[in-house]
Amino acid sequence: MASDLAVEVTGLRKAYGRLDVLSGVDLTVERGSVYSLLGMNGAGKTTTVRILATLARADAGTARVAGFDVVADRRIVRRRISLTGQYTAIDGAQTGAENLVMMGRLAGLARAAARRRTGALLEQFDLAGAARRKAGTYSGGMRRRLDLAASLMGSPEVIFLDEPTTGLDLRGRQAMWQVITGLAESGVTIFLTTQYLEEADQLASRVSVLHGGRIVADGSPGELKQQVGGQRLDLVLVSGAAFDETVRRLGRRVVRCDRAELTVGLATDGTAGHVRGLLDEIDPGRSAVQRFAVHAASLDDVFLALTGHSPATTEPAHTQKENSHV
Amino acid sequence: MSELALPAGAARAARAARSASARTSALVMISRSLRLTRRNTDALVTALILPVMLMLLFVYLFGGAIHTGTAYVNYVLPAVLVLCAGFGSALTAVGVSTDMTGGIVDRFRSLDVGGTAFLAGHVVASAVRNAVSTVLVLGVALAIGFRPHASPVGWLIAAGILLAFIVAVSWLSAVIGLLAGSPETANGATFAMLFLPYASSGFVPIATMPTWLRGFARHQPATPVIDSLRAHLMATPAGTSTWQALAWCGGILVVSAAASAVVFQRRTARG
Repeated sequence: MASDLAVEVTGLRKAYGRLDVLSGVDLTVERGSVYSLLGMNGAGKTTTVRILATLARADAGTARVAGFDVVADRRIVRRRISLTGQYTAIDGAQTGAENLVMMGRLAGLARAAARRRTGALLEQFDLAGAARRKAGTYSGGMRRRLDLAASLMGSPEVIFLDEPTTGLDLRGRQAMWQVITGLAESGVTIFLTTQYLEEADQLASRVSVLHGGRIVADGSPGELKQQVGGQRLDLVLVSGAAFDETVRRLGRRVVRCDRAELTVGLATDGTAGHVRGLLDEIDPGRSAVQRFAVHAASLDDVFLALTGHSPATTEPAHTQKENSHV
Repeated sequence: MSELALPAGAARAARAARSASARTSALVMISRSLRLTRRNTDALVTALILPVMLMLLFVYLFGGAIHTGTAYVNYVLPAVLVLCAGFGSALTAVGVSTDMTGGIVDRFRSLDVGGTAFLAGHVVASAVRNAVSTVLVLGVALAIGFRPHASPVGWLIAAGILLAFIVAVSWLSAVIGLLAGSPETANGATFAMLFLPYASSGFVPIATMPTWLRGFARHQPATPVIDSLRAHLMATPAGTSTWQALAWCGGILVVSAAASAVVFQRRTARG
């Protein structure tokens, strides 16, 4: 019980019908840290969070949150956590303040205490000016912040944020990042899911990559980048034939490729010797490579190398993401 | 800052209170539903005005052609009150369904608000809405010639039966709201409740109906409710209608409450 782990998951499995969403997830999150579960749409992030937040049950495996089992002690767990999902859980017809007071009362605060905390949270989340406006008139970013504030009314010690910035524009996203960073400084544990690498990189001290229902990589953003060598050699090839030959030759070592642009990227430590060696290996005839460049590797490269898929970019999304939980 | 998201140690005392008592939860949910009702002006006006319009329609357009042995407004009023409950219930179904399709139910559940408290909020709001529309209909009815003969006890019994009916129908609508995939579907699915009063003793005497319809009209819930209301309001013998009405309401309530518990579990356990 006196564990330093806020979240402890072993062998978590969940299927919907014949579709395996999670096929054996293990992860741990230290108390007071910001942890990010990174994965593409449909990777099982929401399912994982719903199980940890006691809203769904796993088919197999165990999960402890804040030291308690999410099935046997789910009432205790519920008192110690909060969940902010992809759908804002606020009433558009109630004002910002009314929404917060309501959640505070449900969290067991007396009326006066609920009102005090409402005032403080509205201030902290830069919503004080909109406190008496109906939440339905808020911008997307304001709604997310109000939603997060609502989840904090009961002073949770583990905060689950399921894709907190999906669908927000750049300003909304940055405001949300600030709020999350502020929360992290106060010592709570934050478990956030995201499909944005930049978000994980900015906010989290530990990142796990969820792909195909399993954790395929785990570590600090820096460690994950190390896995692909820390640097990336980008090649521009002379022809489609040279591109195909190079990709075939390198196989799984290719961390990114684009046939239309005839570009191939692969991991390197960035030293002259290593780059020279790679070039000689790829292009013994000195005719296939047109140009090359060396860049610092990004989490994108990690993601691509691990999953074989391009991750989402952090461009402002113009459409609300569709439902990713089954 | 530190007061807002307390570090693990300092938060312990505050957390002891986290999660409200079942009673507080239910009260908070009720006041939420009432507030949302008040702010949904369009739906509220429709729910209040439509029954009055229908009553005027029946009394002035059809009333002259329907012979019931009494002033038609005296005859038709209970049916209009029952219709009110039907209109109100559509709002309940839509309200529940809207909540279910958004994220708010997850938030409530994570605060340990059970399905019963959540639905109770909607049902109580529905009862309050209906009480208001009932008073409105009664007021207009009195203005256009409704002359009840009820004793104070008669009024109380009539109010009790109507309330039982409203609560039963609202809880049933809440189940429909839980089952419906979308608020639109929920709205459509309550249509049956608007239809039932027409095929009852409410608007025309059952004896004037075609034979094949009489069996249904006599043995459906709206008929005993309307007969009993009419008898108590007009101080005529109620026969067994009051007990039948209460049995129907009780039955609908028990089945709906049980069904809602199961359906709420199912619907929220997904994903």
